[in-house]
Amino acid sequence: MAKDFKFRTCPETGLKVHSQADALIKANAVVAVVFLAIGGLFGLLVALTRWPAVHMLDAELFYLALTAHGADVLVFWIIFFEVAVLYFASAILLNARIVLPKIAWLGFILMLVGALMANVAVLQGESSVMFTSYVPMKAAPHFYLGLILFAVGALLAVGIFFGTILTAKKEKTYEGSLPLVTFGALTAAIIAVYTILSGAIILVPTFLWSLDLIPHIDSLTYKLIWWGFGHSSQQINVATHVSIWYATAALLLGAKPLSEKVSRGAFLLYILFLQLASAHHLLVEPGVSSSWKIFNTSYALYLAVLGSLIHGLSVPGAIEAAQRKRGFNKGVFEWLRKAPWGNPAFSSMFLSLVLFGFLGGISGVTMGNEQINLIIHNTIYVPGHFHATVVAGTTLAFMGITYLVVPLIFQREIVMKGLARWQPYLFGLGAAGISLFMMGAGTIGIARRHWDITFSDAPLTVDVPGTAFMMMGLNGVFAIMATIGGAIYVVVVVASILFGAKRDEAACKANPVVTAGGGEAVASYGAEEEHPNLSGTIVLVTLLFVTFVLYYYVNWKFLSEVWPLS
Amino acid sequence: MALTSPEKRIWWNEPLSKIELTWIVIAFLWGLTMFGTMVYWHFTGEQNLSNEAYRIRPEVFAERTEAQAEKYKVREEGDTGIPVVKPPAGSDVYMLARRYEFWPILELEKDKQYRLHLSSMDVQHGFSLQPTNINLQIHPGYEMVLTVKPNKTGEYSVVCNEYCGVAHHAMVGRIYVVDSKK
Repeated sequence: MAKDFKFRTCPETGLKVHSQADALIKANAVVAVVFLAIGGLFGLLVALTRWPAVHMLDAELFYLALTAHGADVLVFWIIFFEVAVLYFASAILLNARIVLPKIAWLGFILMLVGALMANVAVLQGESSVMFTSYVPMKAAPHFYLGLILFAVGALLAVGIFFGTILTAKKEKTYEGSLPLVTFGALTAAIIAVYTILSGAIILVPTFLWSLDLIPHIDSLTYKLIWWGFGHSSQQINVATHVSIWYATAALLLGAKPLSEKVSRGAFLLYILFLQLASAHHLLVEPGVSSSWKIFNTSYALYLAVLGSLIHGLSVPGAIEAAQRKRGFNKGVFEWLRKAPWGNPAFSSMFLSLVLFGFLGGISGVTMGNEQINLIIHNTIYVPGHFHATVVAGTTLAFMGITYLVVPLIFQREIVMKGLARWQPYLFGLGAAGISLFMMGAGTIGIARRHWDITFSDAPLTVDVPGTAFMMMGLNGVFAIMATIGGAIYVVVVVASILFGAKRDEAACKANPVVTAGGGEAVASYGAEEEHPNLSGTIVLVTLLFVTFVLYYYVNWKFLSEVWPLS
Repeated sequence: MALTSPEKRIWWNEPLSKIELTWIVIAFLWGLTMFGTMVYWHFTGEQNLSNEAYRIRPEVFAERTEAQAEKYKVREEGDTGIPVVKPPAGSDVYMLARRYEFWPILELEKDKQYRLHLSSMDVQHGFSLQPTNINLQIHPGYEMVLTVKPNKTGEYSVVCNEYCGVAHHAMVGRIYVVDSKK
């Protein structure tokens, strides 16, 4: 095989960029954004239907839109983007070539074909089974087949990522340990293997069952294994967006981790314990024992939560240390006040960090409690929680890094900078609002995946509290805000790629997006040398901790008031 | 620009700062506390889901539910034709879920215990008892048995909160809780 791989040198970071890595990142990121746009619009339709005063779609279309929304944003947007992140964290950060680019492209095509096939199946109307497709409800065979093809493609991409790292090591394109961001991406990739295999183990037989080749799929077994895929894929997101937090902090501020040991140890906890989360979905099922639930739902003594709490200190801590070094050293919070809040890459990242921790993390641990789940399971609290993790957390982090990917990989200037500046705030506030109001409505018992909380078609009346109507209305208002934020993102990104000024070397020098030393910080091993003043970060984590403890026990109080049961 | 890493210790041999160590210890202890709270509630709390469940064929569960309804029917609900069933306090009571109803309506006495049997005839359903807010997943082929003790009188709705088909939002049941003195 010829060894003349095409590389360019990034004028800002000094990193060598393989042309195939460039192309693969672009293709996966563009397709991801398209699915975000489609899935996001379905999401708006869902929110407008659940706004009782608007009640936009009819029931059949509502359930169809909800299924499409889940598949397009929760799976296709996120995983296409994650594949782009994997190629970035391997080939680019390690100055390496992508191994077997043809296989990488095959993976891309399989994912694309699979995603389109599943979308067609849903839009044909015979597969409104929700993203979870719980058996024995049956979708059209090509719904399952689409998901299987997508998963195979994603598995190929993960394989290319591993191969690229191994080849980089062999060809000595980097020295010493992997950079932290690559290490985090490696965590995500390892979790992805487990996740995708779980998906295959359950979706392949379900596909055969939909063709009448297998007579029966047990509904409880299905849920157990399906959530090994469904929930674990959210852990891929966590590992990925935490890596992006570190990457953004490094590129924009030259931030290095406080301690390589701590940050990497936290990623290791993810690998070891996050997979147990399937149990979160089986807490109120028949035939699962309490001891099994307690052990698994807590990720074995909350060791994976420990990982996230560690990142919750080390990410803002790294930012504080870097900012103090840059001279913002006054008082407790000058480093935060003088952070680049006008740069959408930074504001997205920091909002993602705060919202993920305060809204998504705390609610997730609380509802994932064996007994508290009794008052939360399948209420709209559940989507409230995961819109905080996946929308305000993962999606916002991905949006933020896009503002760096466009200038660095697409080599285009961001256009409409004024709009871009506001985009993370609109989207973040919108996502925070929908999360909070759905959680609020769920706390008073409103069901998720439900077309009509007035129960006008039901033979019996249901007394629904007025506050629930208000909260579902506010959910709609914030969904509109998030949609506007999302639409600005899509427009800015697409317009920048198509019409943005080309960034040549002179443009990069005149208007750098990466801080001096940022390229080295993101692509090398090494922690902060000295231990800086972290008073601001200590205040932030103390606030998080107090909120967490209070909210956790408030929910025990709510639980203690419902009917005694045993 | 040189990107070579300086000679460093391998990552797990790096030193650990006091701030990080303190936070790790606090976070770990908090995890233990939350774990312990779940265990503790099994001994002291009144809301713990039973572990009792059986595999059952839907038609067998339907037979038992119908037999109970026949035996303890006290009236019909308005003009819906749905029987209201009032089994004796302390007994086994059955409610089935199927597209798109919970059947029959139950009438229970306040502060009395009942062994409630739940199962589905077709697909998965959600048993969401409102306004007290208890939520359970009902599977076809599995019979869940739990002991409940209604603590307030009134009219409760059972809302299906697992998507089960196109009329899912019309799937509603009811449980009355009345004073035992009546």
